[in-house]
Amino acid sequence: MTRPVVRIRNLVRRFTLKGVLNGLDLDIAPGEFVALLGRSGSGKSTLLRAIADLDHEAVGTGELYVPDRISVVFQDARLLPWKRLLDNVTLGLNVPDARQRGVDALTEVGLAGREQSWPHELSGGEQQRVAFARSLVREPELLLADEPFGALDALTRIKMHALVKRLVSIHNPAVLLVTHDVDEAIALADRIIVLDEGRLAADLVNERPREASALLEHTADLRKVLLAYLGVGSHQSTSDGSVTPPGQVQA
Amino acid sequence: MSAYTAELLHPVFPKYPGPPPGVGYHRQRPTIEEAPSVPILTRGRYRLALPKPLAYGWLLGPALLLIYWSLASLTGYVDSRVLPAPWVAITAGIDLIQDGRLQHNVLISSSRALQGLLLGGLAGVAMAFLSGLSLVGGYIFDGVIQLKRAIPTLALIPFFILWFGVGETMKVTMISVFVFLPIYVHTHNALRGIDLRFVELAETTRISYFQFLRHIVLPGALPGILLGLRFGVMAAWVSLVVVEQFNATSGIGYMINLARNYAQPDVMLVGLVLYAILGLASDMAVRLIEKRALAYRKTLGQ
Repeated sequence: MTRPVVRIRNLVRRFTLKGVLNGLDLDIAPGEFVALLGRSGSGKSTLLRAIADLDHEAVGTGELYVPDRISVVFQDARLLPWKRLLDNVTLGLNVPDARQRGVDALTEVGLAGREQSWPHELSGGEQQRVAFARSLVREPELLLADEPFGALDALTRIKMHALVKRLVSIHNPAVLLVTHDVDEAIALADRIIVLDEGRLAADLVNERPREASALLEHTADLRKVLLAYLGVGSHQSTSDGSVTPPGQVQA
Repeated sequence: MSAYTAELLHPVFPKYPGPPPGVGYHRQRPTIEEAPSVPILTRGRYRLALPKPLAYGWLLGPALLLIYWSLASLTGYVDSRVLPAPWVAITAGIDLIQDGRLQHNVLISSSRALQGLLLGGLAGVAMAFLSGLSLVGGYIFDGVIQLKRAIPTLALIPFFILWFGVGETMKVTMISVFVFLPIYVHTHNALRGIDLRFVELAETTRISYFQFLRHIVLPGALPGILLGLRFGVMAAWVSLVVVEQFNATSGIGYMINLARNYAQPDVMLVGLVLYAILGLASDMAVRLIEKRALAYRKTLGQ
């Protein structure tokens, strides 16, 4: 049994405005790709910000063990408009060969030769690729991604999925991907967790079959289950309109 | 880009051969009645945005004013004792240059303005950083400076004379007070207005505070600092006319005051034209810096 990169026990977070965590437990193993689903206000972003140490105003308790090297990819690419791409990628990177690493990272995301471009010269998808380069050039133990494809068009998103899969297989960080898109979670993650009212509502293994028709079937099945957990599926609808996901214990 | 990455980004899909004849989605479009086509020239008239401005269009207003002024002087509509004709500024200016008075006064005034600008500008930026980036700094300094804003700087002159005498020290200090305020206000505003998203990004990269200042704060606040500088440069020139009223024996302001005492409207006019030229030139210089330093921006005005 390897030591987890993230270990969370009984995490409680309260905000005056929005988002709570109510005694959350979660372990993430090294190299594990976890997708985090949940309705708006379920605490997804709160959890992500707690792990990333960005919740300065939070009040809470619990045990939170996280690695030193964490990178975050936000929904917006968040490139500094006054820095050229290479300088954006190597921002604050204190290693002797930072420039070369930056060039390599840009090459890896298919933007070789664009080192001296300004961020505004890029399309939305290209900007997000730079954001991934900036994150991975730091060789993180944990990559946090907060709906990184949310602002992209459907075709760009498909290309990005393939790219991210490849990048993750090269750098092999543990990944926590927050997403709204059930299909995206199924396509990318090894493990899918659903957050509801600040607690884990589901923790599912996602073993994608290699064979195409089996993959289709697997995706369709898992999608149904996940949608039910998220409260939008037609799975086991009861007469009063509420939804009971399979296997969930009613409190 | 490796071949593999290239393929991922631009996957090679087999070309869709098209549906078999008679089957599929490509239905025949129904024939529609021929509609009268719109002549292309009548299109594009509806437009709410401004068209592209002419390069020197802003000169039209001043030119019209100059023409009106010249005509009024030529026809005698405006008495030359009230307002001299525009060309008097040139002839009087040439006289003053031959005297050597003009160069001397401009040099003295420029030196005072520059010293005041440097002193006030540095102090303004430094104070803005202190009170903009630290809460305690803000508690201590910002209130005092806002109080000062409410007090007319002109009303401070008697005190400044009391403290610094009537010599150069008082003049340069006064100018730097005039310069300080706009630079402080704009820099402080720009610092507090730095996008929190970028601060958050900086936090995730765990960079040092010095690097944070260098890579995020300074470039992020630069547009505001430069805007403050534009106001500050103008303030430096304008304040000359005030400070050079006191015990000055040289400078443009002194020249104007002297001309007023001797009722020489032509010399007064030269002074005004000088202010206009110096102010405009220095503003253009700052704008040039702005254009270079903020080249990364894509905005309405560029």
